[in-house]
Amino acid sequence: MTTNSTSDTRQKNDLLLEMRDVRIEGFSSGRWHPIIKGIDLTLKSGEVLGLIGESGAGKSTLGLAAMGFARPGCKIVGGSIVFDGQDLAQLPESAKRHLWGTRITYVAQSAAAAFNPAHRLIEQTIEATVRAQISTSTEARKDAVALYRSLQLPEADTIGNRYPHQVSGGQLQRIMTAMAMAPRPDLIIFDEPTTALDVTTQVEVLAAMREIVASCDTAAIYITHDLAVVAQMANRIKVLRYGEEVEEADTPIMLSAPKQDYTKSLWSVRALQKPERDSMDVLLEIDHVDAAYGETPVLFDVSIVVPRGKTVAVVGESGAGKSTTARVITGWLPQSRGEVRFKGVSLPNALKSRSVQQLRQIQMIYQMADTAMNPRQTVEEIIGRPLEFYLGLKGAARERRVIELLHMIELNENFADRLPSELSGGQKQRVCIARALAAEPELIICDEVTSSLDQIVQEGILRLLMCLQEEFGITYLFITHDIATVRAIADEIVVMFQGRVIEQGTKSAVLNPPYPEYTQRLLSSVPEMDPSWLDRLLAERSRDAA
Amino acid sequence: MNNNSQAYSATAEVASVRLRRSRWDRARVTLGKAPRSAWFGMIVFAIYLFIALFAPWLAPFDETQVFVTPFASWDATHWFGTDQIGRDVLSRLIYGARNTMGIALATTLLSFAIGGSLGIMAAINRRLLDQILSRSVDVLMAIPSLIFSLMLLSIFGSSIPNLIIIIAVLDSTRVFRLTRAVAINVVVMDYVEAARLRGDGLWWIMRHEILPNITPPLIAEFGLRFCFVFLTIAALSFLGLGIQPPTADWGSMVRENANLIQFAQFDIKAGLTPLLPAGAIALLTIAVNFIVDWFLHQTSGLRDDH
Amino acid sequence: MLKRGNVHPVLATVLKRLGLGLFTWLMVSVIIFASITMLPGDFTEAVLGQAATKETIVAFRKELGLDQPAIVRYGEWLLGVAQGDFGTSFSGRAASGQDRSRLVMDLVAPRLQNTLFLAGITAIIAVPLALFLGLTTALYRNSLYDRIVNAVALTTISMPEFFLAYILILLLASLWPILPSLANVNTEMALPERLIRIALPAMSLTLVIIAHMMRMTRAAVINLLALPYVEMARLKGATRTAVIMKHVLPNAWAPIATVIAFNLAYLVVGVVVVEVVFVYPGIGQLMVDAVTSRDIPVVQACALIFAVTYILLNLIADIIGIITNPRLLHPR
Repeated sequence: MTTNSTSDTRQKNDLLLEMRDVRIEGFSSGRWHPIIKGIDLTLKSGEVLGLIGESGAGKSTLGLAAMGFARPGCKIVGGSIVFDGQDLAQLPESAKRHLWGTRITYVAQSAAAAFNPAHRLIEQTIEATVRAQISTSTEARKDAVALYRSLQLPEADTIGNRYPHQVSGGQLQRIMTAMAMAPRPDLIIFDEPTTALDVTTQVEVLAAMREIVASCDTAAIYITHDLAVVAQMANRIKVLRYGEEVEEADTPIMLSAPKQDYTKSLWSVRALQKPERDSMDVLLEIDHVDAAYGETPVLFDVSIVVPRGKTVAVVGESGAGKSTTARVITGWLPQSRGEVRFKGVSLPNALKSRSVQQLRQIQMIYQMADTAMNPRQTVEEIIGRPLEFYLGLKGAARERRVIELLHMIELNENFADRLPSELSGGQKQRVCIARALAAEPELIICDEVTSSLDQIVQEGILRLLMCLQEEFGITYLFITHDIATVRAIADEIVVMFQGRVIEQGTKSAVLNPPYPEYTQRLLSSVPEMDPSWLDRLLAERSRDAA
Repeated sequence: MNNNSQAYSATAEVASVRLRRSRWDRARVTLGKAPRSAWFGMIVFAIYLFIALFAPWLAPFDETQVFVTPFASWDATHWFGTDQIGRDVLSRLIYGARNTMGIALATTLLSFAIGGSLGIMAAINRRLLDQILSRSVDVLMAIPSLIFSLMLLSIFGSSIPNLIIIIAVLDSTRVFRLTRAVAINVVVMDYVEAARLRGDGLWWIMRHEILPNITPPLIAEFGLRFCFVFLTIAALSFLGLGIQPPTADWGSMVRENANLIQFAQFDIKAGLTPLLPAGAIALLTIAVNFIVDWFLHQTSGLRDDH
Repeated sequence: MLKRGNVHPVLATVLKRLGLGLFTWLMVSVIIFASITMLPGDFTEAVLGQAATKETIVAFRKELGLDQPAIVRYGEWLLGVAQGDFGTSFSGRAASGQDRSRLVMDLVAPRLQNTLFLAGITAIIAVPLALFLGLTTALYRNSLYDRIVNAVALTTISMPEFFLAYILILLLASLWPILPSLANVNTEMALPERLIRIALPAMSLTLVIIAHMMRMTRAAVINLLALPYVEMARLKGATRTAVIMKHVLPNAWAPIATVIAFNLAYLVVGVVVVEVVFVYPGIGQLMVDAVTSRDIPVVQACALIFAVTYILLNLIADIIGIITNPRLLHPR
């Protein structure tokens, strides 16, 4: 194959990809809007470039454009994308196909969706390699198994014979990396490959990916919203916002001395700190609770104590039972055993048997503000309903209170007659906070309230929640999987794993040694803003194992 | 945070703010952007509605008035000739608009009243009620509805009230399924959970949280069901089992004048006579379909990707 | 009872689906049977005429088994149906007690053959054509070709079947008399002759079915094309054909089977109107006549046959969906 001979002769530091003034438009609400507004990007062979930015920054679109590909509904309207001497912006798709899957490969965000359910994994791994006649089917299979092994997949010899639904998410993501690596491409595009994974799984996948990219000396573009992750993977980092470049620098420089305010704001949550306070006055007590969804048991013997006026953070990975615990407290899911006591009084299990006052005192804020507000009610109706329902406020009194609440959440009266669709993500979450405040509750359960928001907005919301706590002495039960958020706001921490409470204690006690085994693994898996973090961690773990 | 020159403010966060317009302004803007097919549909529908409402004033003769010559050809008195027993075809076409559309509308309304309310109830109460209703609907839908209505009509006889009730009940199964599916999508939303956790009652939740969010798809479905009911009644009348003579009705008019088609070679106008009522049916359903298509585009926000 | 874990999930799901189908069929048979008991009391008079003597009425009621409880009658009726015995037609009876009525089965059987012939020919033409149109419009969506096909399909769907049929008659049988407008076939006719006779009804049905089926196929394929693994296949450099054949098609059997079954079921209903238009001696025409003369046993038999076809087609589609589902084929 001619395509391969070039890659053999290519020297490190040769210019591999050069994008100049790339502009991309997307079609929505009946017209074309710019998504990428003229970005330059260069990549040398063997180099890893991190593309970082928040949702809507256009990083995935730019990553795909590096392959000369635009999703349906998008089109490349200007600029050049020169890959190894060919301008992909001008090339017809039939010509680009000879590069895709062989010289440029792609690792998608959701491996579970990106594998065809009808074919065995190994068939999909070697598909492009065999079609391009880079190697025969037998050789390709042998190579795929070798790749599986070097990616530390269990049962490397046979795992390829399984179907996608038969292996776990972390394993699928590694197999997809093997698939991208199989033709020994010049360039791999990683599109948020670990975003859908839990932190403890993420570490293993990151390590495997970095190892194989380095050993094959492949160039890569690594797209993510997580600066700490990209710090482990990339030589150079480019920050995007609203389809434009904010800044670009080598990784160590970017981390130690970012120039732009926007870049600095990206790790603002990590800068947020709160001194821990302790309190003896117990507000809520969950006492040996079991709960199940139908036949499936979810919670086992869960006991949590929530002191008044404090923030208790419940941390754990997906499936740990954090949200289920919240649902037991609110009465949405009656427990099968145990008791929930509020101010020393046992709460009825079922929602229906609780009094209006009991309901008023515990309010809930949801992860997705989008689905937590009726899209056909105005902000005033949304905030006004609890005022009317719990406090009997009507007419002008209600309106006055709604405006007061809007000011409390740092918005103003102009927002009162807006619909949720006319608010930004952060504003939506603020309105949800106002709705909870309107009931004048003692306890607010926050279920991952910041995890679908961008960093800078997250920080604003967390600050607001802290201010409100200072002012009104509200107690929070804060459910999250993000350790940075926990560090920022918690007084106490509860660690959950597979439906059980692993430990509960003050922030300083839980975040400092000695740790129970799971807490240790969870905490150490959280990527740090230090390019050498992954190396250190791997070294530590192999030492422990030995 | 130190030296953060970019002062952060929640109010300044960029959101997709629309210009606030009154309801009427918004309707006008939307209408202004309506595609030609939608305009065509709305104009046709308006004309039909006008004819249906003012039939007695528009029709030259009464629907049942019999003239001497059956199958008279098209002339100045009888624009579209007379039918097999000598009734004026134009007048019957005009009255037919009123009868056929009126019955179809009544049927669709009844079908929505039954299917819609049961559908929402099943969506909220997902236990026994939902099980019973859903299983019964499955069974009812296992018999093709035209066949089922034929069978029921043979038992109860074809009168207009029977026709309306039978078709409405059979059609309400489909309304039930759609309403239930749409309502379930809304019921699982966090804002409904929030309302229930607040302690709001079932009726309030139905009225304020669910109904406003399922109205647009239900309106679209109303248009489609109307077409379907309209076609079913036309088919039954055509088979001689729907609206009975002497009431003028497009389906039966096709049947009564069908023989004229054989004379198309000698008199093309005569050959076209049976196609007039059939065409009238087709035009109305096409018009309603166009309106529904546009309406769906408007409300769902869903687009085929381009 | 089946033990979980020992049975392959595909088999278990298929059995469950079969059970559900059987249950539905039983319920449908109850409804259809119940229809006869809902008849108003004076219907014997309507059947036998006003001059019927008391003895003939009593005899007739006894023949229908109206002197026995409904449960017993249902059991006997169901047993009869299982052996192909739908009872005796109401027509041909007279007040005098003279009985020239015929067995329902003798009336239905030849008609059913005719209908299956017409529906079969239509399906052979319509199914491949509709799948082709649906697939190509989905692949080239928003092209001029797609727009035209879609507009035509939407228009066709909006028309009553008899309108299409009469337009065809007007054009092909009346103005340019190439084909016969009456489809009066009988068993003595040779196949080519029969095919010519049913040309127009088959064409009308084809038009109706194609429009529906094409639209549904298009929607199903567009759904499949939007899946992430299809994008992945493109990004692996697969050609358009390879993407379709290797990545879309293996997962498309379930939706395609559903579309085909749904439309064949629709065909069963469309047949009624079209048979009447062309005076085709099929089961639809028979049912309409029986409804007009309120010949309940014949109506029951026809309704049951239509319902069984309908249930069976949906059952087959679901089973195809189950046995081609990789998640069930290769359990964890």
